[in-house]
Amino acid sequence: MSRNKFTERRLFFYFLFVGTTLLLLITLFGIQILNDSYKVSAENNVIKAITIYPERGYIYDREGVLLVTNQRAYDLMVTPRQIKQLDTIALCKIIDIDLEGFNKSLKRAKHYSTRKASLLLKEISKQTAAQLQERLYEFPGFYLQERTIRQYPERSAAHILGYVSQVPDYILKKDDYYKRNDNYGISGVESSYEKDLRGVRGTQYLIRDVWNRPKGSFEDGKYDSLAINGKDIELSIDIQLQKYAEDLMRNKKGSIVAIEPATGEILTLVSSPNYDPNLLIGRSRSINFNRMYKDLDKPLFDRSLLAEYPPGSTFKLVNALIALQEGVIYDGTRFSCDEGWRFSAKLKIGCHAHKSPLNLIESIEQSCNAYYCNTFRRIVEKYPTASKGYENWREHVLSFGLGDFLNNDLYNGRKGRVPTVDFYNKQYGKGSWKAPTVISLSIGQDALVVSPIQMANMCAAIANRGHYYTPHIVREIDAVPLNDSTYNIPKYTSIDKKYFNTVINGMERVFTGKHGTAKTARVKGIEICGKTGTAENSHGEDHSIFIAFAPKENPQIAIAVYVENGGWGSTWAAPIASLMIEKYLTGQISNSKQEAFILNGNLMNTEDAK
Amino acid sequence: MRNNKSVFANIDWTLVFIYMLMLFFGWLNIYAANYDEGAVNLITMNAEPGKQLFWIATSFIWIFLILLLDGKFYTTFSYLIYIFMLLLLIGVLIIGKEIGGAKSWYDLGSFSMQPSEFAKIGVLLALSKYLSQLNINLTNIDTQIKAFALILLPIILIMLQPDAGSAIVFASLFLVLYREGISGVYLVILALVISLFILTLKFETQIAMIITTLVATVFGYLIKKGKNSIKPAIFSLVIALGFIQSVEYLYNEILRPHHRSRIDLILGKIDDIHGAGYNLHQSKIAIGSGGFSGKGFLDGTQTKFNFVPEQSTDFIFCTIGEEWGFIGSVITIGLFLALLLRLIVLAERQRSTFSRVYGYGLATILFCHFFINIAMTIGIMPVIGIPLPFFSYGGSSLWGFSILLFIFIKLDAYRMDILR
Repeated sequence: MSRNKFTERRLFFYFLFVGTTLLLLITLFGIQILNDSYKVSAENNVIKAITIYPERGYIYDREGVLLVTNQRAYDLMVTPRQIKQLDTIALCKIIDIDLEGFNKSLKRAKHYSTRKASLLLKEISKQTAAQLQERLYEFPGFYLQERTIRQYPERSAAHILGYVSQVPDYILKKDDYYKRNDNYGISGVESSYEKDLRGVRGTQYLIRDVWNRPKGSFEDGKYDSLAINGKDIELSIDIQLQKYAEDLMRNKKGSIVAIEPATGEILTLVSSPNYDPNLLIGRSRSINFNRMYKDLDKPLFDRSLLAEYPPGSTFKLVNALIALQEGVIYDGTRFSCDEGWRFSAKLKIGCHAHKSPLNLIESIEQSCNAYYCNTFRRIVEKYPTASKGYENWREHVLSFGLGDFLNNDLYNGRKGRVPTVDFYNKQYGKGSWKAPTVISLSIGQDALVVSPIQMANMCAAIANRGHYYTPHIVREIDAVPLNDSTYNIPKYTSIDKKYFNTVINGMERVFTGKHGTAKTARVKGIEICGKTGTAENSHGEDHSIFIAFAPKENPQIAIAVYVENGGWGSTWAAPIASLMIEKYLTGQISNSKQEAFILNGNLMNTEDAK
Repeated sequence: MRNNKSVFANIDWTLVFIYMLMLFFGWLNIYAANYDEGAVNLITMNAEPGKQLFWIATSFIWIFLILLLDGKFYTTFSYLIYIFMLLLLIGVLIIGKEIGGAKSWYDLGSFSMQPSEFAKIGVLLALSKYLSQLNINLTNIDTQIKAFALILLPIILIMLQPDAGSAIVFASLFLVLYREGISGVYLVILALVISLFILTLKFETQIAMIITTLVATVFGYLIKKGKNSIKPAIFSLVIALGFIQSVEYLYNEILRPHHRSRIDLILGKIDDIHGAGYNLHQSKIAIGSGGFSGKGFLDGTQTKFNFVPEQSTDFIFCTIGEEWGFIGSVITIGLFLALLLRLIVLAERQRSTFSRVYGYGLATILFCHFFINIAMTIGIMPVIGIPLPFFSYGGSSLWGFSILLFIFIKLDAYRMDILR
């Protein structure tokens, strides 16, 4: 007989087996039924959302010349866990980065995840990528991911186009659409039309196994969305004219803005010095950017939109128009000038020697300062108090689009400044200033500043005899003409159309008159109307200014030219303006001597020399 | 011989039925674990489902042979088989194939053989033989030492491979000695040691000592057995505190780093779902995502796309949990519980000590595998690489467990023929 003394001990085994079984079942109940997070984790494991990047829209000029296109570039990706016997030196040699940088990037990738792929080196050139592709089998764990970067075949119009880089952090936080490493238009048209250019990302849901190998689409693509390519944009820029303007401005600081008066379309927008937009793509972007950022000539600074200069004598046109509108002068009004205008022993505005007195047309032709000092006084003093008279004058000035943002489709802009009554109250004390106190405004000095694009717009308003269209840079989006009331409804100045003819005749005489300040810049066969200006510059040589439009009847182009430290308006700015106008209207240049003079002119070192 | 009509006479069909169900369900899950859309035929000798079919078929041959042999064969040749198995365990240390840093496998050309799976048979037979001797008395220290030695010998050899998982399974045989009359103090001490070990690792050494002292004081006050017991009680407490002090040393010096990280994971001291915790994390995702009724046969994404490592062997329960859900878990665990309880019932009805010890030993080994395996896939136990009997893929374990089980079925069928 077997010893069954300890038979009751079988209960221990029953308890053990049943107890542990219950423990397992309770735990499983918790994991499988109560907790839903594992289901989500399982889906995250296998369903991989693949982003399909849309192609960014192309950018063309008004003639259909391709300005911005896309090129293939490659990002080197790494999955740290899959790395085997890495020959770091060989890899670094192919992709041309130093060992230290490579190790740093690899460490960062490992820190992010050893199992997931992360970016090791972005935007490798096509050539390097091709070399690497051939030898990629030697480097398990690494692969190339295609992406597109911008390319600028015309190597021009850098400030207009702007550049694309990876989306900055503050946008990432603000806008849900963007994901890290997405492209984003940082400046220029790339920025102001970002939403049109970028397109819409698509997503494809794939089932992936543990090695990240695709195993087909998830639920037959029920949740997939297609990428929508970015829209193509046609700019109002004439790239031939733009490039010609850039050539003219070579080795000069300043800006050229040309506008089609009938539409407000910007034909040319040059800031000089400028740079090849291709410098700001790919891996070398940050190096080039930093170099240009530190450059004392500030090539990154868009003078055409951001620089604020006094308008100088060009502003006499506006004063003349206001005076006519206010009825304080008429065509035949004459003022005498004794090499300037004297108010008191202290207050005097000088002028060059010319015959005196001059009528309105002659005052424009010869840019007489005294004429406008008197005119300005009459405008202001028409009213009982200086501040009322001044306020009235100011309203007229504002109607030319000065003193405020143009509210257009450009990435950047400045308000400029048409000083307010308060401004002068603060400066001189309330009631303590009168027209003579601020008399420099009559000749476009004092605290008045405008940006080059505002100047060009002011010129367009005169060319149109009293109205302008907000200057803008885009004509068509995806072949659909821009239909925006901001741009296609004219904005009227406070000056009646009838007053413009005299002023415009004066502007013509600037070229044709015996004493015309820009007579040397005359172009045979084209009726150009313009006005010279010289802006006093406390830092060095005066800025040379010129505004012009042509032809006189039915104007095609209105232009503003600023040449920093260029001296008299007639020296640099006027010939540049007429070369531009001739080029645009006829496609050729008759005065090649003058052209050569401008092209070879170098004003860049003047400031250093002083 | 009362029943010599057939080899199947008197066998316990309940056990056979459970065994068959397990093989079938297990094979389905091995198939699912290997399944992949567009995959080639899996029922070939190049794929695990095909090979497992071969192991199942050959197991049936073993079963037939076992049932064919006379019941006396096992009692007679117990020690011989034990010694043969020990030789196999020694041999594997010399000519074994090293896989993953352990010499646990014989390389037999296209197949491998894991002797520790078969050594269980030898140990169980030898232990049954030893404890079934007349006048054996487990309260006797000398007997205890000999019984311990029988179990410890293969454990030592297995630890040399090293294969901690199998060693733990062998160690579970000590539970059988409890049934056969060894003092319950051993169990209490074992339970205390494990509790203190976990307590110390979970908390700091100092905190564990404070808790232990408090518990002991409260416990001692409640029992209040008299003055005589104060001294031994204090002595025990001092020993316990000494043990707590040494836990950290034992943990760091004896356990290997991967053992430590697995234990740390379970205790929640580290949380590394990409490194050491990857298996467990993915395993829990697989099982948890199964929900109540599972994702359906062959529709488990975790297992199909290989997120769970070793999913047809040690982690086969992930496939069950993912594709069959809580229902599948209940069925699997229910089958094991039925098997274990049935084994105890049958063991208790044996007239011979040999058969009873064997039955208990078998139940203990199966329990150990079953509990540790499933517990590790759901994070109750640290990851210990031992298969789920009759479910996991693998020839050695299937053969080993089939032989173990059917020797008992044979012994049970033969019980009426034994007088002693």
